[in-house]
Amino acid sequence: MMRASLSDLPLVLDCVSFRAGGTTMLDRLSLTIGPGAPTLVVGPNGSGKTSLLRLCMGLDAPSEGAVSWGGRTNTPQTRRAILFQEPVMLRRSVAANIAYGLAQAGYPRARRAGRTEELLDRVGLLELAARPARRLSGGEQQRVALARALAREPEILLLDEPTASLDPAATRHFETIALMAAHSGTKIVMASHDLGQVRRLAGDVVFMVRGRILEQASAADFFDHPSTPEAAAFIRGDLVL
Amino acid sequence: MPESMSAWQLIASGDATLFAIVRLSLVVSLSAVAIAGFIGLPLGAILALTRFPGRSVLIVVINGFMGLPPVVVGLTVYLLLSRSGPLGALGLLFTPTAMIIAQSLLVLPIIAALTRQTIEDLWSEYGDELTAMGVGPSGRVVTLLWDGRFSLITAMLAGFGRAAAEVGTVMIVGGNIEGFTRTMTTAIALETSKGNLPLAMGLGLILISLILVINAAAWGVRVWSEQRTG
Repeated sequence: MMRASLSDLPLVLDCVSFRAGGTTMLDRLSLTIGPGAPTLVVGPNGSGKTSLLRLCMGLDAPSEGAVSWGGRTNTPQTRRAILFQEPVMLRRSVAANIAYGLAQAGYPRARRAGRTEELLDRVGLLELAARPARRLSGGEQQRVALARALAREPEILLLDEPTASLDPAATRHFETIALMAAHSGTKIVMASHDLGQVRRLAGDVVFMVRGRILEQASAADFFDHPSTPEAAAFIRGDLVL
Repeated sequence: MPESMSAWQLIASGDATLFAIVRLSLVVSLSAVAIAGFIGLPLGAILALTRFPGRSVLIVVINGFMGLPPVVVGLTVYLLLSRSGPLGALGLLFTPTAMIIAQSLLVLPIIAALTRQTIEDLWSEYGDELTAMGVGPSGRVVTLLWDGRFSLITAMLAGFGRAAAEVGTVMIVGGNIEGFTRTMTTAIALETSKGNLPLAMGLGLILISLILVINAAAWGVRVWSEQRTG
């Protein structure tokens, strides 16, 4: 396929608004995401992080403005993957969940079993391969979902607060795998409202409040020289309304 | 069947007529459920996952047809299959095949309607995930039918219960011919009208026992597979 060889980067949002049910979730925001270290989308709950990631995936269409991937607005989503805050485990074994992701990505049937093992090994779940996926803990399910997303060999991996409900050990485990993916060339765009996590992972930061982007800066600049009072308040740990 | 004997004595003596009746009842009802499931499961799933003009009307009609009066279905099939009817040349009237056709029509709306509801509920949970994985329309149908399998077993059982318990359609299109189209329910109706109440009651208890056994088996399969695959 010709198009698959084309890059989905840069991911560009051009003056994008998104409304659902009379509520403006995203308000005229522009953003360019290129290759490199993870981009962390930061902001209080309800600031529009999830809506932004859904638009970046192409799951929702903007009400106004345009989203483009590598300069094209109508690309197949084969080079992107998204991890939802509460991923859905299919009612099958862990291995079957991964194999399903591989099948959907068009991975040849003959090599799926081997590839499934590699992916499960990568997220540390090889010994749970035969277990029903829905019986796993929240942290383990997130790792299954991550392996299933990585099965698509995405160029852009969108993560929606994947560790919000995980304990520290599970969070550490998840972050390590995500960083490994980033090092091997996957662009990670991750929503988080955990500033510690942002410090650990971020190459650059997109700071959102009420559906608008207030700042986009490198992680160091964001933490050391926030340019808006809202960002400064957020970093101090104040509530940003 | 020897009318002096109770149903239990008939079972104990291995009465051939009784076993032929039980066998026919099971063959007709299970075949009808299999055919209705073959059509109703994908039909329900497609209804749940697609949007087209007239969809709401179709859903209301199918839901309403869950309560189709068996005698009306029987009469309709009778008219279709009778010698002067459009399908009369097939010579199916008063055969087990006619009974299977009629019961399939009776069961189809039940399975289709319950499947539609199950798959629609499942889609609200799975929709984003499958869309993000790029799963196409036919893939969605297959995936959701498989992942809804535990609930869909119950839909199939509801259909089987309906088929096994009804007397109106099989009486009309089968004719209650001894040794050929006589089922548990038509035998019960016949024995009751003859005043042979102990035999009728005994047959009724056998029928209920069979339905319970099949439901227990289905429940067992469900629990077993749920433990294995979640």
